[in-house]
Amino acid sequence: MGRKLQQSQHQHHSVAVKVNEQMGTKRGYTFIQSNRAWLPKFLLLWVMVMAFISTWIYKKMDADNKVRRKEVLSSMCDQRARMLQDQFCVSVNTVHALAILVSTFLYFKNPSAIDRETFAEYTARTAFERPLLSGVAYAERVVHSEREEFERQHGWTIKTMEREPSPIREEYAPVIFSQETVSYIESLDMMSGEEDQENILRSRATGKAVLTSPFRLLGSHHLGVVLTFPVYKFMLPTRPTAEERIEATAGYLGGAFDVESLVENLLGQLAGNQAILVNVYDITNSSDPLIMYGHQNQDGDLALVHQSKLDFGDPFRKHQMICRYHQKAPTSWTALTTAFLFFVICLLVGYILYGAAIHIVEVEDDFHEMQELKVRAEAADVAKSQFLATVSHEIRTPMNGILGMLALLLDTDLSSTQRDYAQTAQVCGKALITLINEVLDRAKIEAGKLELETVPFNLRSIFDDVLSLFSEKSRNKGVELAVFISDKVPELIIGDPGRFRQIITNLVGNSVKFTERGHIFVKVLLAENEKPVTEVKSENYLNGGPDEGVLISGARHFKTLSGYEAADEQNSWDHFNHLVMEEESRYDASINMEVADKASRGVTLMVSVEDTGIGIPLIAQDRVFMPFMQADSSTSRNYGGTGIGLSITKCLVELMGGHIGFISRPQVGSTFSFTTHFESCKKASYNDTKKPVSEDLPSGFTGLKAIVVDGKPVRAAVTRYHLKRLGILVEFANSVKIAASASRQNGSSCGSKIRPDIILVEKDLWLSGEDGGSSLQMFDGKQNGHVFKLPKVILLATNITSAELEKAKAAGFADTVIMKPMRASMVAACLQQALGIGKKRQPGKLMLNGSPVIQGLLCGKKILVVDDNMVNRRVAAGALKKFGAAVECAESGKAALKLLQLPHCFDACFMDIQMPEMDGFEATRRIRMMESQANERMHGCIKEDSASRGEWHVPILAMTADVIHATSDECLKCGMDGYVSKPFEEENLYQAVAKFFKSNPISVS
Amino acid sequence: MDVVNQLRRQFVDYSTSLHREGILDDQFTQLQKLQDENSPDFVVEVASLFFEDCEKLINNMGRALEQQQGVDFKQVDASVHQLKGSSSSIGAMRVKNVCITFRSFCEAQNREGCLRCLQQVIHEFSLLKNKLQTLFRLEQQILTAGGSIPVIE
Repeated sequence: MGRKLQQSQHQHHSVAVKVNEQMGTKRGYTFIQSNRAWLPKFLLLWVMVMAFISTWIYKKMDADNKVRRKEVLSSMCDQRARMLQDQFCVSVNTVHALAILVSTFLYFKNPSAIDRETFAEYTARTAFERPLLSGVAYAERVVHSEREEFERQHGWTIKTMEREPSPIREEYAPVIFSQETVSYIESLDMMSGEEDQENILRSRATGKAVLTSPFRLLGSHHLGVVLTFPVYKFMLPTRPTAEERIEATAGYLGGAFDVESLVENLLGQLAGNQAILVNVYDITNSSDPLIMYGHQNQDGDLALVHQSKLDFGDPFRKHQMICRYHQKAPTSWTALTTAFLFFVICLLVGYILYGAAIHIVEVEDDFHEMQELKVRAEAADVAKSQFLATVSHEIRTPMNGILGMLALLLDTDLSSTQRDYAQTAQVCGKALITLINEVLDRAKIEAGKLELETVPFNLRSIFDDVLSLFSEKSRNKGVELAVFISDKVPELIIGDPGRFRQIITNLVGNSVKFTERGHIFVKVLLAENEKPVTEVKSENYLNGGPDEGVLISGARHFKTLSGYEAADEQNSWDHFNHLVMEEESRYDASINMEVADKASRGVTLMVSVEDTGIGIPLIAQDRVFMPFMQADSSTSRNYGGTGIGLSITKCLVELMGGHIGFISRPQVGSTFSFTTHFESCKKASYNDTKKPVSEDLPSGFTGLKAIVVDGKPVRAAVTRYHLKRLGILVEFANSVKIAASASRQNGSSCGSKIRPDIILVEKDLWLSGEDGGSSLQMFDGKQNGHVFKLPKVILLATNITSAELEKAKAAGFADTVIMKPMRASMVAACLQQALGIGKKRQPGKLMLNGSPVIQGLLCGKKILVVDDNMVNRRVAAGALKKFGAAVECAESGKAALKLLQLPHCFDACFMDIQMPEMDGFEATRRIRMMESQANERMHGCIKEDSASRGEWHVPILAMTADVIHATSDECLKCGMDGYVSKPFEEENLYQAVAKFFKSNPISVS
Repeated sequence: MDVVNQLRRQFVDYSTSLHREGILDDQFTQLQKLQDENSPDFVVEVASLFFEDCEKLINNMGRALEQQQGVDFKQVDASVHQLKGSSSSIGAMRVKNVCITFRSFCEAQNREGCLRCLQQVIHEFSLLKNKLQTLFRLEQQILTAGGSIPVIE
């Protein structure tokens, strides 16, 4: 057992390791799971990246906006500059044209064609051509030498800009003609103004239009520039030098540009005027730009400025237009919103992903947890099974000890009270063992570990055994117990007799437990027979079956075995009779053929167990086959039991390829029926196999004739079945009278009738019948006339009181009463006793429990004990010797082999299993091999002497300390015949030994 | 007769004490029952066989376990198994129980545990031997005094 525990521990350990391994591989199963700690960081990273991206988007859009704004500004600025420049040029050109006009008409014509009025008028009328000029004027070049002449000619003195008479200079440039708008500058010396002087000097040197820097114009206080053109006295040569030009200069035509109004007009014509701010500068002196238009310190968007060059035709002067927006660039809401929305969306997406990941992690965690729990639950289940098995074994071993000791105790001298106590203890112990075995069975079936044997066995003897098991109980209760097996059921079938017996025992046991009156009837039929009957049955049942019984019998007697109503009408006489009759008619004619035909095929048996017990309540009917379920708790209180039996039965039936069902009516009874499938066994092949399967019924009755007197046909049929097995021909009679007349008629040899050797009378009928007690005289009366052997009249009874027995004896019945339930062997024994034939004593189980029996079994037997352990050997030998056996010992498997060389004279061999070198299994295998070789040789040499005809097969019993099913299976597998637990217990030893020595006691003694 | 009765009582007391202390179990009682006129010295015979066997096995195991390295645990295990079988046959419960532990150590190849168990076995064995010898002496005394050995249930 130590090793076993160790093993199981080891298994546990390996289970645990496996669990760990599984967990190991399952961990880190997914990417998310393995990076779970990083998830918040991933989220943070994501948010940061998204914030960065949205900022970038914003910047990009903003920059685009700025670029567009700048482009707009520059295009607007350029446009303005160009227009200004164009307009200016146009004005310059008209001034130029005016200069040419003046030179042409004032100097080339002689006399001059222009005077002051003409000029004024002309300029006034052509003023539309020069919208930008506030006015034009012409100043003549006057050298100082000509001043007096000039002043006299014009009648005024040359004045300076401050309107004072001009001081003496080298030359003067007094205005002689002027447009009306600027007439106030007439007679003023242009050379006196600094700008004008510079202008004049430059223009006459270049011969081109020149501009002053901006200054406040006289008259209007607008900023303006003065444009000056030189007027020459004669046509200049091509490519004149500056001196030539100065020489040729006659005067200067000037015009004042009012830049401010000019620009204002211009801008007024253009769209988008409000948006931008325009400044025009003179940047001739680049370090100090002079403003021509616009306010120097005007607000506006200082950030964005566009400069456009202006070319007013004077190469000396440089001008520039600077534009900027009035207002600062507005915040770009579109960009801002876009970026923000993008960020928000990304944030949400990130959060959703994070949530999903977290969820996945959680689900996976849960999953792992579940898996772990599952593995643990499975391990627990395995452990539970192991525990159950171990504990069951562990309980069984001491229980066997307890039971053995109790049995021994009962053998000793005890007072009646002590005996009672001990017996009770033994009964309880046996019940406990049964329960443990059932639990083990159930566990085994659940685990699918139950394997069925396939050995030939005799069905009828199994039923007899089961019946004998319950006969005592049923007799005490007054319940009739009967078995009927159809003749068509083959004698030998192949299957698992042990399990089949278990099924029958369970069902019959249940029935016996729950039945207080009436009968229990077990019926075995071939399934083919059953079919039509089942149909009929169901019809009947639908049509309200019970009425039928009442109607027919009138006296509220049903045609069942005992006359009580049964749940299922199958067994009532109508069906049964039909069945039996049909069978009979077919049987004689075709039995041989049919048997031969079926020999190779399997047979399906239909077994039904009918009782007239308390039945099963309707509500409980659907859970009858569930383990540990009884109809209700009161059932177990009243009747005991665990309710595991039926569930095992169902499992076993299903394992055997059949199914089980039942019909039950509360307070009427239940009928359980099941089908099983077996292989049928050929007689020929059976002969080769071991003998104990056959039922050995005495054959001395063959050919006898009997009349069964019974009012109940079903019961009569059962009686006939048993008698038939003994080879007795049977007739029925409804009453004693009919029987008597039948026996009389037989005297005059009526063909169809038989002359009875035996008359069997049912006790009920005899007591209740009108024949009364004295009826047997009828048989006696016949005796006088003829020499017939007097038929023996035997009473059949379930239970009988001594008074009734006396009465029966007085009435002329034989001494022997056949007690029910009937079994073929028992009937045979009774008949032997009654008829006085074949007085061979049947040694059997008449004296169960107790050394005398075992002593009888072992006495004089030569037994070989094989064990490597000296002490064990000595003890086993001592125990066996005590029972009268002659014991020889061998200390190893090899020594045993040597001793068992054929021929030997050992009757049995007890073999230890665990031995060094050659263990018990191996030794047994070798012995069996040796035997089979010898047997073959013997067959080869033909049966020379029939005396030693028996084949070599020495019974080998394993001796083992642990009585586990597995070991016993192993034992049987390698050819052993059984096992005994070590140390020996009397009952156990008896059971094991009885199998071999019971069957051939005569040959030995 | 008084002497015999006293001896008998002493015998009964002694053997029940052996049972109570768990040194012997019912198997020993069984053995005693097997003793009858045909084999009057059965128990003594078996016991001396057991003693011999036991001493031999203990020596074997001691020798096997002496090795510092490479103890042949299989051999030790075989010996322990033998010992367990013998002791359960004779009903020496405590020896048997130690053997069960011993075997598990053997399977685990635990030399320390084995040695400890061996000591225990030796201890239990000598205890058992002493007690049984005392018992047999008592038995002898009863027989020489002309009494019969009482049956213990």
